[in-house]
Amino acid sequence: MSATLAPAKPAPALPGLAARARDFVKACFNGPLNIAISLACIALLVWLVPPLFRWAVLEATWEGTAQSCRQNAGACWAFIREKFWFSVFGLYPFEERWRPASMLAILVVMVVASTIRRFWNRWLLLGWAIAAPAMWVLMQGGVFGLPYVQTRQWGGLTITGIIAVYGLALGYPLSILLALGRRSKLTLVRWFCTAIIECVRGVPLISLLFMAAIMLPLFLPQGVTVDRLIRVLFAYTLFTAAYMAEVVRGGLQAMPRGQYEAADSLGLTYWQKMRLIILPQALTITIPAQVNTFIGLFKDTTLVVVIGVFDFFTTLRASLGDPNWLGFPTEAYVYAAAVYFVLCYAMSRYSQRLEREFRPGAR
Amino acid sequence: MSSTSTTSAGMPAAKPLIPLPSPTTLRGLMWQALLAAAVVLLGWWFYNNMLANMAARGLQFGFGFLGRSAGIPIGEAIIPYTPADTYQRALTVGLLNTLRVAVAGIALATILGIALGLARLSSNPLLRALTGGYIEVIRNTPLVLQLVFWHAIILQLPSVRQALNPLPGVFLSQRGLKLPVFLADEALASALLALLAAAILWIGLLRREAARQAATGERRSTLLPGLALLVALPLLSAALVGAPAWDWPELAGFNFQGGVTLSPEFFALLLGLVIYTAAFIAEIVRAGIQSVHKGQWEAARALGLPGGRIMRLVILPQALRVIIPPLTSQYLNLTKNSSLAVVIGYPDLVSVSNTSINQTGQAVEVISIFMAVYLIISLVTSLLMNLYNRAVALKER
Repeated sequence: MSATLAPAKPAPALPGLAARARDFVKACFNGPLNIAISLACIALLVWLVPPLFRWAVLEATWEGTAQSCRQNAGACWAFIREKFWFSVFGLYPFEERWRPASMLAILVVMVVASTIRRFWNRWLLLGWAIAAPAMWVLMQGGVFGLPYVQTRQWGGLTITGIIAVYGLALGYPLSILLALGRRSKLTLVRWFCTAIIECVRGVPLISLLFMAAIMLPLFLPQGVTVDRLIRVLFAYTLFTAAYMAEVVRGGLQAMPRGQYEAADSLGLTYWQKMRLIILPQALTITIPAQVNTFIGLFKDTTLVVVIGVFDFFTTLRASLGDPNWLGFPTEAYVYAAAVYFVLCYAMSRYSQRLEREFRPGAR
Repeated sequence: MSSTSTTSAGMPAAKPLIPLPSPTTLRGLMWQALLAAAVVLLGWWFYNNMLANMAARGLQFGFGFLGRSAGIPIGEAIIPYTPADTYQRALTVGLLNTLRVAVAGIALATILGIALGLARLSSNPLLRALTGGYIEVIRNTPLVLQLVFWHAIILQLPSVRQALNPLPGVFLSQRGLKLPVFLADEALASALLALLAAAILWIGLLRREAARQAATGERRSTLLPGLALLVALPLLSAALVGAPAWDWPELAGFNFQGGVTLSPEFFALLLGLVIYTAAFIAEIVRAGIQSVHKGQWEAARALGLPGGRIMRLVILPQALRVIIPPLTSQYLNLTKNSSLAVVIGYPDLVSVSNTSINQTGQAVEVISIFMAVYLIISLVTSLLMNLYNRAVALKER
């Protein structure tokens, strides 16, 4: 702020809102082709937006009963109000709902912390290593005076969070092993990892879920039963691992050969070379791709509907069967879509930001 | 990596009679042996457990049940099917239903995806924004949700008597979509043959003109004669054999007569898969075209090529190299995603398999069958696409 400083260069003037709007309109209407396209777009908007707006806002019912909803032509958001907490907690015992609520709070705090690059160190890993089991204990109870709650009663957004977090937490380390195995010099190891990755990626996730739900119990000794949620997690983890493994393999292949040779010439063993030289670089450059893959995997948590695990989507779908609230599927699906959209869109914006930051020469 | 390669040069390498493996190799062999033993033991354990479990439920492992009568009612089948048919037949009907929706979905999603991808690159900001909004919304919501959404929308459509009629001969009601089709008769066969012949002649014409251009440098457009062929030959066929007749849907009483019906389930599944996959294909197409360096456009323009030919001769061949591999995985995804049919009740392979498991209890066999089928479809698709990819790949020396 001293007077001796040279006067700051005038910042390049940001085009004002009016100027930008003018450019937009100008670009829309330069030339006959663009005018035709713009008119078609405007016609489409005029055809779609007012009826949707009327349905969703003007003629919608915001509170009341199904009866008052049926009197109005618009959307029945009262239904969503009624089912909101059910869609978050499912059939979890009412007086214990603070437990899934605090589990979700832990989850949100951990996820937010994980998005901040300053926190990317071993403390974050340690935090997850503590938080993940803590979340499970909190939900299941049976210790520390918490009443035991069967996984069968878990539901709603909490289960979606559990499946996504555990799938990633267990699948990610496995994916690194699979990716390394696929590039291993040991023939049998390479074949084994390739077979697992290709078989899992070659079949639909729901067939893996069917396998875990129906086939897996047959493979275990008689009398041994594994909780259904654990079996779902097993399938989902395998799926996560196979897809992430291909992303990680991309990173491993992108490493210049010199990195491998330099590590070898230092006399590092295979695991030292991977842990200290190769993996830190390969994993970092693929983080945007990992986030993108995770968005797909997160959307796929909805597939547990086929074996009757009550995740967020399935819980909402089940509430369609409430005899007091028959006939509002569109509202329920729009609400579910909005929730998934907000979460996935946030992740994809985050991944785009990382991609910009990681681009060589970005700083 | 064996130590024999380090012997001094010039001397014929004095190899030991039995080459001793290095400690690293030995350790590798040991790990592989351990892995193989673990896999074999685990498989054997699973197999024995499975036999014991099935015996306890009065079941026997084997594929004999495929020959038994299934008793599964299937709403739509391409091949003749009754509930009295065997499980094998029922599963085949399911597989054909999967392939039907996958093939139609891939074709439509490709067309819509390319159109959207080009719209995303348009110079018109309004069109760009609209397409961008579509792509973001569709890509960031789960497919299952979209499928049940479309299914719910279709079931809320007016009844058959008040069916929407957006185009002549096209009816949209809660019973699905009604479309007019050509009657399969000689006139249609003859017209199709005429079209094929016209296409072959056009290709021949193109070849001749290309040879001519190579020889003389003179270029003539084949557009007009080609189009003339495409119109004239079918007209000729119509004049000789008769025009192919339409089977036009008509409202008769409480239902439609004639035409072809897409059931609400098939229609919802196809719609959902196409809209979802097209959004991903659009992004792939956009990225592919943007990956071509700006200098390529400028160089092509400097050569005086017109816009259409810049795209076809310079940009597309390079963009395709980037587009084909991710496009392949989208096709595979669409095929695998068609298994979500089970959620809205379209009788695809997984849906029929699921019913078969509930009825017979032969879970391992049925699940193995449909997993193997999907694996084969995946492998064949990637093989075909890899062949195509090799054809368009960069040829380096």
